[in-house]
Amino acid sequence: MKSMEAPLQQHIRNVINRFKESIRKILQKDKPAGTPRERSSVSSLRIMIGKEIGDHIYSWRFVILIGIILLACIGSIYGAVSAIRGGSLDNNTGGDEFLFLRMFTLTSTSLSIPSFTTFLSWMGPLIGIALGFDAVNSERNKGTLGRLLSQPIYRDDFIIAKFMAALFLIFVVVFSLGFLVMGLSLFTIGYPPTPEEFIRIVMFLFIAVIYIGFWLNLSILFSIRFRQAATSALSSIAVWLFFTIFYSMIIGLVNSATAVPQTADVSAQLRQMNLVLMLNRLSPTELFSETITTLLTPGIRSLGPLTMDQLVGAISSPLSLGQSLLLVWPQLTCLIAATMVCFGISYALFMRQEVRSRA
Amino acid sequence: MTRSLQIETADQTAIIELEGLTKRYGDMTAVDHLDLRIAKGEIFGLLGPNGAGKTTTILMMLGLTEPSSGQAKICGHDPVWEALSVKRKVGYLPDDVGFYDDRSAIDNLVYTARLNGLNKTEARERAYSLLEKTGLTDSAGKKVGTFSRGMRQRLGLADVLIKQPEVIILDEPTLGIDPEGVRELLGLISSLSRDEGLTVLLSSHHLHQVQQICDRVGIFVKGKLIAAGDIRTLSNELNQDGSVFIEIGAVSWPQGLTEQLQALDGVKEILPLESEPGSFEYPAVDGEQPRLFTIVCSYDLTPLIAETVIQSQAELIYLRRKEFGLDDIYHRFFEGRTDQ
Repeated sequence: MKSMEAPLQQHIRNVINRFKESIRKILQKDKPAGTPRERSSVSSLRIMIGKEIGDHIYSWRFVILIGIILLACIGSIYGAVSAIRGGSLDNNTGGDEFLFLRMFTLTSTSLSIPSFTTFLSWMGPLIGIALGFDAVNSERNKGTLGRLLSQPIYRDDFIIAKFMAALFLIFVVVFSLGFLVMGLSLFTIGYPPTPEEFIRIVMFLFIAVIYIGFWLNLSILFSIRFRQAATSALSSIAVWLFFTIFYSMIIGLVNSATAVPQTADVSAQLRQMNLVLMLNRLSPTELFSETITTLLTPGIRSLGPLTMDQLVGAISSPLSLGQSLLLVWPQLTCLIAATMVCFGISYALFMRQEVRSRA
Repeated sequence: MTRSLQIETADQTAIIELEGLTKRYGDMTAVDHLDLRIAKGEIFGLLGPNGAGKTTTILMMLGLTEPSSGQAKICGHDPVWEALSVKRKVGYLPDDVGFYDDRSAIDNLVYTARLNGLNKTEARERAYSLLEKTGLTDSAGKKVGTFSRGMRQRLGLADVLIKQPEVIILDEPTLGIDPEGVRELLGLISSLSRDEGLTVLLSSHHLHQVQQICDRVGIFVKGKLIAAGDIRTLSNELNQDGSVFIEIGAVSWPQGLTEQLQALDGVKEILPLESEPGSFEYPAVDGEQPRLFTIVCSYDLTPLIAETVIQSQAELIYLRRKEFGLDDIYHRFFEGRTDQ
């Protein structure tokens, strides 16, 4: 029931029109402020984002999620602090260096509470999914989509507003949680972070936003594709479960099926290891955990296999910030790319969809 | 159908112009070469059964769907190229209008107003005045989720008007509202159109309602506009040989009266008047059911027929010269379509 090229043409025209309008706006700059009718679409985008943020904040699911995450965050700090007090630092080779970062990564051996980073990589996707799974289909089912799109707004503003509003909220939540952990750590261990540690933490939080943004986009994509909010929520959660639980099992299966004997030569063993690593890195969860462990544990100097030859002559010291970043650059690029691809697909899909009320 | 549908609107400027507008979905043609001109200030009713392509036409006018071929011009703008300019001037009420249920009526209206470029205070003022106009002032702060269907529809109308449009397009505005609500809504629409010079295009499959307020109607079947004009024009078009239809009812109908009437000069045909199911049944007189007929004459024979009946000792209880209503028009055109 869909003609494929027509909406695309329409969109190209929209883009051209937009361009024309912005040129017109620049040309008319010195004119006095126009009547309300001539206002730019930027302001309507802002209004839509504002409304979306309001909707999210007042919704029960957001409050519940924040509650869960806050509890998890406090629990993980408690775990880290008790681990530091319990002296588990001695077991690690890093010594007292980058103690502050340990607050984010350390898990207590006696209490089985995961670290803050683990919590974030577990719960983060859930925030993303919760904010996005009914973004488009609920508007369609309520019949507000048709009414909204008959207002003088660009069609893509709608989807951009949905994305931006949720991403902004994620940004606020992640950063406030991160700073909360920092503050509480300062309070409990009384050991201030160095500037480098601070930058590392900010970057870690930023990457977490991107990672959660990926799940947000995926769920928005499902909300465009599926007409029922329940279907899109379930498919998003299925993908999330697949990557966090089942994917590593499947990789393990593949690994044991293709395993080479211990006696095989180095190149064969390396090939095998690289294959498994490669498969692992198809999962955004794996990419995220590699990125954050590298950033928060400066001692890590390689994410792949290292031979003894390569280690000869290496100075045993933590990597500098630039080097750590360089190490995770490919992972970071992949994460951003995955997010963009999801957004691109949802954008194209939405522009092609027919606007009918409750069709 | 080759009949020209261009109605004389030369004295007024057309605000909606559709030329050869066509929409295809694969093999199915939803709208087929639609030509239509609607003048400023007119109330036009787009009539047609479900699935005739009314909504598709409306979506094309708003630039929400791209036509496969043909062109539309709304207030001088092409919706395909200048969708935003069109949307600024056209208010659209979808058939199943939705609001943000967990927000209040005033919030919903203010949001629409803000999207149309009004600032907060302007938006609130206008929203309140429209709520007053649509009789929803008491419910301004209530959540829309608690609204009844009729209230939602009135809120929808306020929502459409808040951008101060030149044209309003209402898709099935009376669907699912009780008769009193329909009467109020239609009254509101026609008074708004009159007072503010709005052009109204409304689609419906409820003939009687449309008949009440429309200046002109277009009958739309299977993507084609098969007739357009005011009800009198359509009625004349339907009855091209100029026959006059006289309905007559009498009790104690004597033998031979039918033949006598048939013999009158100018009477073409006498048909028993079939009463439609559910329609008004003429009550029995003295325990006898009256006999009802439609007499088709070539000119108006009402007095002569009445005289003949009375002279024959029959008790004349009902006599009416029939005007074609929209119902008949609709029905006839459909019959015409299925025969082809």
